Parts: sequence; C-alpha cells; structure tokens
Amino acid sequence: MTRLDHAEAASRFIASEKHEAFHDARLWDLRKKRDREAYAIPEWEQLRQLASDIKEHTLTHLADYLEEFERNAVKNGVKVHWARDAAEHNQIVYEILAAVEAKTLVKSKSMLTEECDMRPFLERRGIEVIETDLGERIQQLDNEPPSHIVVPAVHKLRGDVSAVFARTLGTEPGNEDVSYLAESQRRTTRPYFLRADAGMTGANFAIAETGGFVVCTNEGNADLSASLPKLHIASIGIEKLIPKVEHLGVFIRLLSRSALGSPITQYTSHFRAPRQGAELHIVLVDHGRSERLGMDDFWYSLKCIRCGACMNTCPVYRRSGGLSYGATYSGPIGVIIDPTFDIRKYSNLPFASTLNGSCTNVCPVKINIHDQIYKWRRVIAERNQLPFVKKATMKAAGKLFGNPKLYRAALAATETALEDLPRFAIYNWFNPWGRQREVPRPPVKTFRQWYIENRGKR
Amino acid sequence: MKTSRDVILDAVRANAPRIAIPLPPVPNFDRDEPSLLARFRVGFELLGGTFVDYVPGTDLNGKVAELFPEAKVVCSAVPEVHGTKNLQDIKLPAELDDVDVAVVRPAFAVAETGSIWLSEAELGVIALGYLAQHLVALLDPADIVPNLHHAYKDSRFMTAKYAVLMTGPSATADIEGVLVRGAQGIRSLKLIPAPRGTQTRQNV
Repeated sequence: MTRLDHAEAASRFIASEKHEAFHDARLWDLRKKRDREAYAIPEWEQLRQLASDIKEHTLTHLADYLEEFERNAVKNGVKVHWARDAAEHNQIVYEILAAVEAKTLVKSKSMLTEECDMRPFLERRGIEVIETDLGERIQQLDNEPPSHIVVPAVHKLRGDVSAVFARTLGTEPGNEDVSYLAESQRRTTRPYFLRADAGMTGANFAIAETGGFVVCTNEGNADLSASLPKLHIASIGIEKLIPKVEHLGVFIRLLSRSALGSPITQYTSHFRAPRQGAELHIVLVDHGRSERLGMDDFWYSLKCIRCGACMNTCPVYRRSGGLSYGATYSGPIGVIIDPTFDIRKYSNLPFASTLNGSCTNVCPVKINIHDQIYKWRRVIAERNQLPFVKKATMKAAGKLFGNPKLYRAALAATETALEDLPRFAIYNWFNPWGRQREVPRPPVKTFRQWYIENRGKR
Repeated sequence: MKTSRDVILDAVRANAPRIAIPLPPVPNFDRDEPSLLARFRVGFELLGGTFVDYVPGTDLNGKVAELFPEAKVVCSAVPEVHGTKNLQDIKLPAELDDVDVAVVRPAFAVAETGSIWLSEAELGVIALGYLAQHLVALLDPADIVPNLHHAYKDSRFMTAKYAVLMTGPSATADIEGVLVRGAQGIRSLKLIPAPRGTQTRQNV
C-alpha cells in the first residue's frame, strides 16, 4: 500500500478558492451552533463526563455487554450475526439478501458499510444499492466516498450537485436551486423505497439491556428504509454498545448538539424487534476494533459517537476537505483511527494537525484526540514510517535543539539568511510550510540578545 | 473451528483494558420549568414543527380539514378524526404512498427537545409516519415529560418493537447547508394540543 500524501491531496482541494472558503465557513458555522447549544445547558460538562465514563465502562466490559445484547436481541426475534472483518461482513449481508432473492437494497448512511466497502461488493453480485441520505446519495451518484461523517457532500457547492444530478438523475441542467435539487432526489428515491426488497441501516447506539439499537437521522430515511421492505439489516460496530436505555438520555442530548448544533435529530429511531411479518438481522462487526481495544494509548478512540464535532472545529480539516485524508474517517478522529487500519498508508495523517487541542475540547465523549495525534507521531517515527524530508529535518532539528551553542549559532545564521536569501532558497521542497504561507520576518534581535542587554548585568 | 462470534468475544476479553471504571448513575437534571407545554413548543418550532391553536373539545375533523383543504387522502390512527383511508385495510406499508395527511396521537412528548414519541401502537403501520405528505399529531399537554432523561425512563421503550422521538418534519441541509423541509418523509408536522378523551365519535 502506498503512503497517502495528505498535503498533496489537500492542495488540490485548496486550488478552488470558492470551495475552500465555503467549506471553511460552513463547518465553522456548525461549530458555532454547537457552542450555542452547549452553552445553553448548564450540565453540559457533566454530560460529557458521564458519556465518557459510560463508554469507558462499557468498553472495559465489552464482551459481557455484547453477550447481553445478543441474548436480548435473539429473545426479540432478531437474527444476530458476527463478522470479524469487512470481508466477512459483506459476505454475511450478501447471504441474508440472497436467501430472500433480494435485488434492491435501500440504505441509510452508515460509516461502517463505507469502512467495509460494501456497496461495490453487493453491486458486483447483482444487487442494486441505493443510498437514501441526500448527501450520501450525491456522493454515490458522483462516485465519491463521503467527505464528512455527518454531512457527506459538504465539500460540494450547489453547482456541483446540480451537475451531478443533471448527469445522473436527468434534472434540468444549470438549475442550481437547492429546493429543486432536494426535491428531485426525493422524487427519484421514493420509488425505490416502495419497491425495495430490503432495507439497511447502521446504528448510533446499541443497547445491551433491550437488544435494540438507535438510528439518528434528519431526513427520516432510515425509517423509510426499515419500515417498508420485509427485511431490515443493521450493521453495527461492536463499540456502539451502551448498557442501558437510560444512558441514551446522556448520549442523545450530546449527539446532535455536538454534530449540527440542534437539540436533537428530527428522527431518533429505536429498533428493538422485527415488525409483524418482517425480518430483522443485526450484523455485529469487529473489523479491527478488538485489536484497537488492546492498544494502551489508543483504545479511547473507540468511545467515538461519530458526531463530527472534531472535524468541524479543526483548522486543517476545514481547509483541506475530507477527501484529502484518503480514508473512510477524516479529520482529527480519522487521524487517530485510520493508522490502526494501515499504519504505512496513513502514516502522514497524524501530521495533518496543528495540535491546537480544539478537537479534544469539543469532543462530547472526552476523547483526548490531540494527545493521541501526538502519540501516533511517536509511534510512526519509532516504526520508521516518517517520510525522508520529515525525518531528515526532524533529526537536524533534534541535534540543534539539544545543543544550546549550536542552536544560538544556527539562529543567528538563519536570521541573517532570512534577510538576505533569495526566495527560492526559503520557499522550496524542504519547506512545505512555506508553500501556502509567508515565513514571518525575523525579529531584530533574539530573546537571548535582548535579555543579555537588558537584564544580563543585574 | 471457533465461530467468528467466539473469536471476537475472546479477542475483546483478552484485549479489554484492565481498569475498573464503574457505571455512573445518571441524574434527571431537573430544572424549574414553569410550563412544559411552552418549553415543548419552543423546541418543536425550532426544528420546523407548526403549533396549531385549538380550543379543547371543539371539532377535530373540522380542524384537520381547515389545515389541509386540498387533502384528498386522509388516514387517521386516532378515534377523534375520520380518515378517507382505513388503516385496518392496509396489507403492505407501500399502500400508504398516496396519503396526503396522517393523524396520530403520540404516547408522550419531551419538553426539552420538542419531540413526540410514537411507536407501532400509535402509528398503526409504522410507514404511516413517513410516507404521508403531512402529519398531524394530537398531543395531550398532560403527556409532556421535562427532558430526555425522564423520557428514557418510560417503560414503553422496553416493549415497543419500534419507537421514534420525532421532532419536526423531515429535513436536510446537505446542499450548502441550505435547510430544506420535506427531504424524504413528511413535508410538515402540525401539532394540535388536544387532551385525551375530550371528544368521542358521537359528538364529532
């Protein structure tokens, strides 16, 4: 697997100023809305602590809760399946569909099925898969993965959507009216809901106590996907477990406020048992999660409830676009999850951060995201996964910072050099930082020079 | 050979961090709320629901007709309102595709978020709440609980096969953050504050 070059991919996104500026502003707006909601709740910080504690408790007792969940789900008439990895997940889903000769599958958004790359697997086997979330549908029709876990097409402008729909849904070319575009998707998706053989959802939470699960959407497309066809399949990552129904009070209060800055999603749907005359299957998926649970520094990332708040607040994410991460999960949470799937391929991602800590501060389940980003950098350096330029400069910097005399001499030389050197000597391949930025003018004197002059004699 | 189930559970058991983290109790976070109905209304309207003025005891059929004069197919899951389409006759959920207006009575509502609670018992056919173009909810103001912590203590979560906390009509902001109501499911959600049992079929 080749190493993903985040900076290079981001530069392609940045090349369109309109897109970059909109993306930045739109996500920052979500962050501001999140703040407004959070500040309106006096117990916000207490809720975050509760959410973190409940998740940590569950993850440290996960096998017991998984067994309890399975027991109760089976009692409810649900068929429970277990998948070790993506391949097994896809095979199980295919077999469930094949057993009833299902040809059309309507599905709501699920990051897990993205992780498993399920759609092409089913399509190759003759099953038509329709994404029903508007953003996800746009991405499906444009043959792109989602760029954000909550708003999948946030990197596109209305003109892009209009072009995709004109090409694929036969909408009026050039009509960029948002209501018209949304209505076109409604009109073209509804027939699929009515005739689909099967529906699929993910899950935001799975409750051990009831064997049921919760799906949160604003469009109601999960409910349409689940309540029309005779077969409902839910793919659920094993880390989605929570012990009791009462814990939902904590998580539902946090989720949409953190994600979109709304008190709750329009539809918070609880599925516990198949409806009369229908089948309900749950696929519990590991796909690297049990292994991550054993990583001392990194198991906390399993607490994630996929709200996207860390992405919305991240200056690097906002300006580089989700697709530049080249992985299912982007932004700060992606940076700490993706290397667990493939450390070589994603060894660049932990460097796509300023370590400002904003992600940690907004995380509703208190994941120490920026600490983990820093720790991943160490792991990647130790496992020799640093690219040459980074390694060479870091090594030189390490020598310099470790030796005060050398440091002072270098500093003086650099300052003179920055004054006198031609631009090509400063803005070159060895200085990626300078590609989109100007190096600040050096100060007249160093702090040390100032200190010796002003305080040194006392 | 070990099943995938056992492989996963064994791996989870072997790898789980050995840290004792107790399960914390969850408080109710009660606060002084002079009127649950007023608080409910704020949340409900925030997410796009429409609150309908209603004098308790007056004709609900007339009210629905007044709200939707154009409606051809009305499907009611409540005794107070007669529909044109009988929910009992529905064999497949897709048959509800032509419903213009559906009428339901939520089991309860949540003041904090402005959500109404519906299960298969209140909807009759679950798809009714999604395929109809418009949904009218009759809510007894006595059925409002303060917040989600109270809501999740309701035992019906343990018995309902399906339950939804519905807050406003179907919505999306997936294109440039522009809010569009009626993305996939209902285009509007109207709430009539009608107490239970004030009206019977005879006096309609």
